Amino acid sequence: MDIYLLEAIINGILLGGVLALLALGLNLIFGVIDVVWICYADIVMCGMYAIFFLYAQYHVPLPLAFLIAIIGIAALGILVHLFIIAPVLDSAPINQLLATGGLLFFLQSFATLLFGTDFRNIGVRLPVLEVATIYVSFARLIAFAVALIGAVALYVFLKRTYIGTAIRAISQDREIVGLMGVDQRRIYLVVSGIGGALAGLAACLLALQYDVHPFIGNTFGPVIFMICVLGGLGNMIGGFIAAFVISQIIAIGGYYSSTELSYVFAFTFFIVLMFIRPRGLFAP
Amino acid sequence: MTPMLSLATVSAAYGSFQALFGVSLDVARGEAVGVIGPNGAGKTTLMRVISGILPMRDGTMSIEGREIGGLPAHRVVEQGIAHVPENRRLFPRLSVEENLRIGAFIPSARARFAEQLDWVYQLFPRLKERRGQPAGTMSGGEQQMCAIARALMSKPKVLLMDEPSAGLAPIVVQQVFELVHRIRAEGLTVLIVEQNVQQVLDVVDRAYLLEVGAIKLSGTAAELKGNSFIREAYMGL
Ligand SMILES: Nc1ncnc2c1ncn2[C@@H]1O[C@H](COP(=O)(O)OP(=O)(O)OP(=O)(O)O)[C@@H](O)[C@H]1O
Ligand SMILES: [Mg+2]
Repeated sequence: MDIYLLEAIINGILLGGVLALLALGLNLIFGVIDVVWICYADIVMCGMYAIFFLYAQYHVPLPLAFLIAIIGIAALGILVHLFIIAPVLDSAPINQLLATGGLLFFLQSFATLLFGTDFRNIGVRLPVLEVATIYVSFARLIAFAVALIGAVALYVFLKRTYIGTAIRAISQDREIVGLMGVDQRRIYLVVSGIGGALAGLAACLLALQYDVHPFIGNTFGPVIFMICVLGGLGNMIGGFIAAFVISQIIAIGGYYSSTELSYVFAFTFFIVLMFIRPRGLFAP
Repeated sequence: MTPMLSLATVSAAYGSFQALFGVSLDVARGEAVGVIGPNGAGKTTLMRVISGILPMRDGTMSIEGREIGGLPAHRVVEQGIAHVPENRRLFPRLSVEENLRIGAFIPSARARFAEQLDWVYQLFPRLKERRGQPAGTMSGGEQQMCAIARALMSKPKVLLMDEPSAGLAPIVVQQVFELVHRIRAEGLTVLIVEQNVQQVLDVVDRAYLLEVGAIKLSGTAAELKGNSFIREAYMGL
């Protein structure tokens, strides 16, 4: 096999890790709260700015900056739920979309106002590894490994703890969990916090690879939604797998043509699939 | 003696539609009490109001003298009331054991999870065999057993059962009613809604007849079995 193709495939797998992490967060929130956080990628953007300022501006050690960003974005997730989602929880889905969509524009404009449209980089240069003449970015390798660890941790949490079991139960029967002593509102806060923490973790991984600017959410936000719909909205395992399918299409498409065109391939694949399997790749 | 569960002039509504009109009932400690009545009488509504899924509009409600009216559902469980809902309502994609674990969500039940699980598996050996299976893939009877077991996991004092025999084969219906005996033998107080009037009157001490959201008649099981109105309208005799 062509060595460059192999390299593209490997990079595709590595890229899939972070996308899978974000798809998990979005699907978790949708599955439990029944709300789509249109602004999810822009919450990641906030995390990236937090890391940039903490590390590059105020010289906080990188691991600590990462930790603060994750906790801070988890808190932001809880605030988003309390102030934006909770008030519209019982209204029509379109109002909920407008609320989180409004937050997207708010975050982008606010970031532009505060930080300008400059591209900023935290300036951490990680080496490029050469393994048997294949070049792999070390940052991507870390991102992939950490994303995988994050996903496994989430799985164990959902599978082994009382709260985790309640989170899975609530998406199957919203009304009846109360009879088990589960406070729905508390579960929603926990889930929003986890969703935020996953966005914060993704922000750490992306900050190592990309510049941050107010509109960076637009570059991967649509891809994450596409992944979630492809895997079946709310289906966490489906979204996880779909992330790797899409990232492969982008990576291999990029190898044969250009990066821009590879996104066109991915969206074309998505649209065609939606005609064949409108409820997602893994719908029964 | 203060009753285990006591309702006084309780009213409830869905929006502007009133479903319960001043319902009063008492259940003594260790007693089994039935609620019978036609479709749409408000039996399920009554259960939902007691367990707090549906807020009460008016009246008072207490367990062992402690007021529970107005508490949200997740707080009512902590007071010792468990509700086996109409149509079982298991979490179909969770395993049997995960359903039971959710049943033990409240802190006091978590602390004695292993002990409760042993007890419940002893009551329902079938569930132990199926512990890893998704609950939704079991037979109707097994699912009903699982729903009852899930409620028992919180170690309640009062068990509310809403039509536990609905949709089950006659032999399974028999098992469900036998279970009421066994649950009482364990010291629980039972309030059970049933359409199977004949059979429920064999297992309860007393019963109430609910019609259009109000108690129309009440008495001991023997009295109601002998009541000509009940015999004609509800037992087809
Ligand atoms: N969610 C709801 N919204 C509006 N009205 C409702 C709702 N649930 C029940 N009702 C109405 O309240 C009344 C009582 O219903 P409920 O379910 O308590 O009756 P039931 O005695 O349990 O009947 P069944 O024997 O069929 O289970 C009925 O007229 C029903 O149409
Ligand atoms: Mg009913």
